[in-house]
Amino acid sequence: MMWAGVLVASLACYGLKLAGLSLPQSWLADARVQRTVPLIPIALLAALVATQTFSTGHTLVLDVRAAALAVAVMAVLLRAPFLVVVAAAAATAALLRLV
Amino acid sequence: MFTGASQFALVGVIGGGGGVWAGAVAAVLLGSRNALYGLRLSSLLEVRGLKRVLAAQFVIDETTAMAIARDDPSAGRFAFWSTGFALFIFWNLGTLAGALAAHVVSNPKTLGLDAAPPAAFLALLAPRLRAREPLAVALAAAVVAIAVLPFVPAGVPLLIVALLVALFGYLR
Repeated sequence: MMWAGVLVASLACYGLKLAGLSLPQSWLADARVQRTVPLIPIALLAALVATQTFSTGHTLVLDVRAAALAVAVMAVLLRAPFLVVVAAAAATAALLRLV
Repeated sequence: MFTGASQFALVGVIGGGGGVWAGAVAAVLLGSRNALYGLRLSSLLEVRGLKRVLAAQFVIDETTAMAIARDDPSAGRFAFWSTGFALFIFWNLGTLAGALAAHVVSNPKTLGLDAAPPAAFLALLAPRLRAREPLAVALAAAVVAIAVLPFVPAGVPLLIVALLVALFGYLR
């Protein structure tokens, strides 16, 4: 079941790419589609940041991950590279758990 | 699946106790932008047959950015293929290394690894927030996701957010 979901999602993700390369230009050129599609990853990524920082399962929690996110925000504002942002957040959480 | 944000989302939803299908839907929705990239790239690449089948797997944020940043079409095609091959190889080697190393790490929390995914999502999100509307959409999405989280199964907040933003984009 688990791998079926992974496989279906993988095929669908690939299908979207192939469709983009194959469909006539006019297909997705509709102004509303052009406007909406870029907003979807923005909303989903923001929702992922929020839920993975402030929850465990079904419960809203405030723990060291919030501090780690604050450090990540600072790193992003300083235009740090991807790996530095991630490592800074992980190190913050690890250090705060030590004290 | 070779599109980072989707991979992170699928793993994130499952790791957070959500169903694999909720994670799969979130992953596919995140991958929808690659269709727009493909559309953008198709006139530049002009690939047919097997070459198109291969090129499609490489249609991601990074290759699109590298390809369309070139003024000369042949330089753009070279940028697409070289970025695609390099990323595909190193990304998957990195994934393999992570999968093997996971058995060595006894408690990921002591290394702060539970704080890594949100930071990764943030780093993927940040370059898309350079205007006011995307920033407002991102903040609203975060608030909605947190607000509905205690009341719906894990992973479903993402689907609610996706539905709302699609409605917003379409009706606006």
